[in-house]
Formats: sequence, C-alpha cells, structure tokens
Amino acid sequence: MIVENKKKVLVIGVIGADVHAVGNKILYHAFTEAGFEVVNLGVMVSQEEYIAAAIESAADAIVVSSLYGQGELDCRGMRQKCDEAGLKGIPLVVGGNIVIGKQKFEEVEKRFKDMGFDRAFPPGTAPETTIEALRELLHMDGEQV
Amino acid sequence: MKTVLLIDFGSTYTKLTAVDVDNETLLGTAAAYTTVQTDINDGLKAGLAALNKKTGHSTYDECYTCSSAAGGLRMVTSGLVPELTGEAARLASLGAGAKVVGVYAFQLTEDDLQDIQDSNPDIFLLVGGTDGGNTECILHNARMLASIKPTFPVVIAGNRTAARQCQRILEGCDVYVCPNVMPKFGVLKIEETQKQIREIFLNRIIQAKGLSKATELLSDIMMPTPSAVLQAMELLAQGCDGEPGIGELVAVDVGGATTDVYSVADGMPEHMNTVYKGLPEPYAKRTVEGDIGMRYSIQGIVDAAGIDRVSRLSGLTCQRAEELIADLKEHTDKVPNGDPELEALDFALASLAIEEAVTRHAGTIEETYTMMGQTFVQEGKNLTKVQQIVVTGGSLIHTARTEQIAAFAQYSPKKPASLRPKQADVWVDRTYILAAMGLLSQHYPKTALRIMKKELEFYGNSEQADSRRRVSETASGSAEPVAHG
Ligand code: B12
Repeated sequence: MIVENKKKVLVIGVIGADVHAVGNKILYHAFTEAGFEVVNLGVMVSQEEYIAAAIESAADAIVVSSLYGQGELDCRGMRQKCDEAGLKGIPLVVGGNIVIGKQKFEEVEKRFKDMGFDRAFPPGTAPETTIEALRELLHMDGEQV
Repeated sequence: MKTVLLIDFGSTYTKLTAVDVDNETLLGTAAAYTTVQTDINDGLKAGLAALNKKTGHSTYDECYTCSSAAGGLRMVTSGLVPELTGEAARLASLGAGAKVVGVYAFQLTEDDLQDIQDSNPDIFLLVGGTDGGNTECILHNARMLASIKPTFPVVIAGNRTAARQCQRILEGCDVYVCPNVMPKFGVLKIEETQKQIREIFLNRIIQAKGLSKATELLSDIMMPTPSAVLQAMELLAQGCDGEPGIGELVAVDVGGATTDVYSVADGMPEHMNTVYKGLPEPYAKRTVEGDIGMRYSIQGIVDAAGIDRVSRLSGLTCQRAEELIADLKEHTDKVPNGDPELEALDFALASLAIEEAVTRHAGTIEETYTMMGQTFVQEGKNLTKVQQIVVTGGSLIHTARTEQIAAFAQYSPKKPASLRPKQADVWVDRTYILAAMGLLSQHYPKTALRIMKKELEFYGNSEQADSRRRVSETASGSAEPVAHG
C-alpha cells in the first residue's frame, strides 16, 4: 500500500496595502521547491483572507510578508482572529521589512511575539534560512519532504 | 420541412414555441395558464391548441421541454468558509438552474437541521475544504445530515480526501460523489457537479413532481428552465461552428417574484494596477434576486431603492405610488393594460429592479491610496466592457419604454464602484424564446443562434437609450443619474 505522505501546507501572502510582489513570488517557488504545498494569496492580503484560506486548506502555518514598513499595524489582532476562527495554535511567522527604518531587531521581534507571532525575521533573511526555520517550527527535522 | 416543438413548464404559465429547423424560422409561440395542482395536461392542451392555430400544424417532428414548475429545482448548500467553498456551492447551484433556498457555512447545528427538514430541498449540495485541506467540517456535516435520514438526494463535492467517508456516513441515502467544487484555493470547478445536479433533476425530481405524466406523450424534460436560458445566453455570446455570436453579454429577466441576471463574460481586471480579490467567478454566471420582482416581491424593490426614487421615476406622488403598490401586492396578476398611472409605476419599478439586480450581480472596484499612489481592488466580475444587454420579462416586453428601462442595467457615475456595462446595445426578447432556444441549442445550435439573432429586437447603441432615459427623467422632473458623464 502506498501511504500518501501529506505535504505540509503553507498559506503565504503580503499583508495590508503592500504591493511588493517580487519577494512573494520568490518565496512561493522556494517553498514549493522545498516540498511544501503552498497556497499563495499574492499581494494586498487582509488578515481575513489568510485565515479563510488556512481554514479551507487545513494549513500548517501562515507566512506573512510585509515590505513597506506598516507591518506592525497590519499584523495587529491577527492571532486573536485566528483563535476566534478555530485556528488555535496555528504557527504564524512574519518577515520582510516589517518595520520602518533601522530599529533594534530584538525589540521588533519581541513586539511581534507579544502580538502572538511565533517567529519574526529581520530584513534580508534568505529563503534557505526561512525554510530551515519553518521545518524546525513544524517539527520536520529529518523528515523527507 | 422539419418542425420542432419546445415547451417550458413554468410555475404559472406553460410556454410553447414552434420552429422550422430547415428554414431557421419561428413558426409561432403560445402560452397557457399552468395548473400543476390539478393536471398539468390541461394547460398543455390549451397551449397546444393555441399554438397549432398560429402555426397551422397539428404535429411536430421533435419535441424538447424544460421546467420550472412546482417551485423549480430547490436546493440547499453547505460549505466551510462562507466566502470560499460556501460561495462555490452557491454559484454551482445557481448555474445549474436551481433556486437556492438555504446556504450554510461551517458546522451544521441542530437548529440548521430543523430548518433544512422544513425547507425539504430537492437536492442537498455538501461541500467544504480544498483537496487535502479541511476534512473535519464536511465529515461533521455528513454525520449531522445522516442523523435526519434525508429523503432528498445529497451531492458530495468537497475535499476529495473526505468524499468516500462522507458517502459511507450517508449510506442508505441517495448519495452522489462529484469532484471538489474548489479543489485548490481560488479555483472554481463546478461543471461536473452541475451536470450531476441536472441528471438528478431529470431522473428523480420530475417524476416526484408529477410532471412526467404530461411529458410522457411528448418527450423527456431536459433541464430546469434557468439552465436552458443560461445555455441560450452562452450560445448567443460565443456563437457556434459556422455562426458568430454577439460577444460578451449581460441578460436580465425581471419576473413577478424574482429577477434573474446572467453574465457571459470573463470579467477579470482590465488594468495592471488592479488586484483581484475573492473567488474568481464563473464565465457563465447566473444570480437570482429572490426579493426583487414586479409583483410578489414588489416590496423588495421599494426597500432597495426607496419610495422617493419610485415616485421620482414614475412621476407619481409617494402617497399615490404606495397606494398602487399596496394594491399590486394584493392583486399580483394585475397588468397596466393602458392605465397611465400603472404604466408609469411599472416603468419605475422595472427600472429600479434592473438597476438593483445587475448591481448585485456585477463586481465592485475600490480605490485605495498607498504611498505610491492609486491602486484598485476588484471583487467579482468587471462587466464595464460588456457591449450587449439582453432583457426580458413581462414588464419589459409589454412596454414601449424597454430601452429606457434597460439603460438602468448600465454603469452610473452615481455608483462608480459598481462594474456594470458602460456602453451597450440592447436586445429585447419580446416573444419569450430564450428558454426554448436553449433547449433547441442542444441539438440544433446554429439554428437556435440564428433564430435568436433574428427574433430578438435590436435597439442599437445605448448612447441613444441614454439620451432617451435622460429625457424621460427630466420630463418627469427627476434628478436621476445619467449613465454617461
Ligand atoms: C521594487 C520596490 C518597490 C516597487 C514594488 C514593485 C512591485 N510590485 O513589486 C514599488 C515602486 C511599487 C515600491 C513602492 C513602495 N515602496 Co518599495 N521597494 C522596492 C525595492 C527597491 C525592491 C523590493 C524587491 O522587490 N526586492 C527583491 C525581493 C526578492 O526581496 P524582498 O521583497 O525583500 O523579499 C525577500 C525577503 O524580504 C524575504 N521575505 C519576504 N517576506 C518574508 C517573510 C518571512 C517570514 C521571511 C522569513 C522572509 C521574507 O524573502 C524574500 C525573498 O528573498 C525595495 C528596496 C530593497 N532593495 O529591498 C523598496 C522598499 C521595500 N520600498 C519601500 C517603500 C517605503 C515603498 C513605498 C512605501 C514608498 C515609495 N517611496 O514608493 C511604496 C509602497 C507601495 C505599497 N503600497 O506597497 C522601503 C520600505 C521601508 C521600510 N519597510 O522600512 C524599501 C525597503 C526601500 C527603502 N529602503 O526605503 N517599491
């Protein structure tokens, strides 16, 4: 019998009124390449859209990108909405250029963690690093994907 | 000469159409009151007698029928997220010609079950989850449904991972499994499910509703009436081998109880700076406004548009309009018949019904200002470039002001967010042949298309319709918007 090895499902997109499309496309290919099933919502994605897509696709994690500097505002309340929608405990990660200008990243990360994000990543994080972190977060160590 | 008889069993009228296929001509049409409660044959016989008188024939070589009698095809749907698989289920049902009497999302509750039993649908459409996605919800809903031992057929078209398990849960019921209506996020795949729905309609429902007796003599019923109309509209828009269509179109049928809107158009964003949001909609899309109609649903028009606009457009005082509307609610079979007040009122109501129904059918566009300037977000279909509008319905075909009424289907600067056609020609189905031509198209598409092009009354560019509408509105002292700025 062939056991269908279910791929981990990621919902990705660029949050808020942000139209930076290039990084999103790169991440889509990188994640797919790495063996994830990727639901890509593109740019200008609202919190509700991430959540709706995650429910239907039974996603394993939501990967939020924010490039234009308003990430903090756009991400506020997302964890609470996930809880409300029955996505309790779903891993939420965020990256890109999530805040304006140069700020100490430890402080930025802390603020996002306080908001309920599992991980926040500094500008310039490479796709490989991102994939590594996701595998760790989803307990995929050693697993063949 | 080869003759074909086409019959549409409606809820109030049986409509008959006879065509000469070889010469591609309409031989005649007739209608008779339908009496489903007693014997549908009476209406049919009366209709046939009237038709034969017009055509001079007493037999026809072939016969095809469609039906919306006995409430039509009544469906209830359940999906997971309302805007996603919930909406996919609704669109699939409407496109199959159904009257959707209940839409559920997430997990069904005991109260929902009670309502479902009360509404006793002809078919239940059970969906939820993308392929490989959420299975919990559809399995829960299958178990809930099984607990009431449904006597109606259940079509399962959700997450393929859960489909067979749902089927087992519902064992002993009449169950059909179809491919997922939303196999991937944002991908709508509804054709197979619609085919299945239509098949069940033919095999089961027609018989259950006692319609088979009437049709035994003639032929099998092929499809629900709205589905026939949708097929006629697809053919008219796209054309067929050897005969071009008229291009993308919007069609509106304003009835007594409901207003149906069809669009055969791509509708995707026109410009690079527009982002599309939400579920992509079907190329051939049908919506039904159950609260917008000229008699049974007259109040819905007033609620949507406001009595002030009814008054302004009709030239009647608010009080007089309200009096007449109250009377029409009581006497739903009343027609203007030359009465100038009623004519003016029906003109206003039909115009507003079209405006409201097409606005709900069409997509919207929203402007957002980002730091780099304007960006647009589109939801639903962009119909601004559609250049053909087809209209039908008693209130539109029995008036000389059809063009003016049809102009209300169009874009208005007062509602710039609504993506309705900007400049369109108007075609009027005065002889009520759309459903018949949808039926005929199953075997004789080219003939059906040519007859439609010949029989639909063409009103040329709506630029004229607009100016006429402008004149009519200023004449009645109105300050209504004009379609073009
Ligand atoms: C091209 C560009 C634009 C284009 C975008 C075109 C398009 N449709 O894609 C246009 C001209 C439209 C634009 C507009 C704006 N931009 Co701009 N833009 C850029 C630019 C030059 C390159 C972006 C890019 O494509 N990079 C290449 C891709 C591959 O990299 P990336 O997007 O960063 O994505 C990678 C990583 O960030 C990471 N990543 C992304 N998401 C996630 C998520 C997780 C979880 C992880 C771990 C990693 C990760 O992986 C990706 C792949 O390697 C950057 C500067 C820069 N060099 O980055 C500014 C930049 C992003 N823009 C900026 C700004 C301010 C704007 C505007 C607000 C103002 C303006 N002056 O025009 C507007 C905002 C418009 C809007 N509503 O979104 C700032 C943001 C500042 C901040 N955050 O502090 C930047 C950084 C420039 C700067 N130094 O000031 N921009």
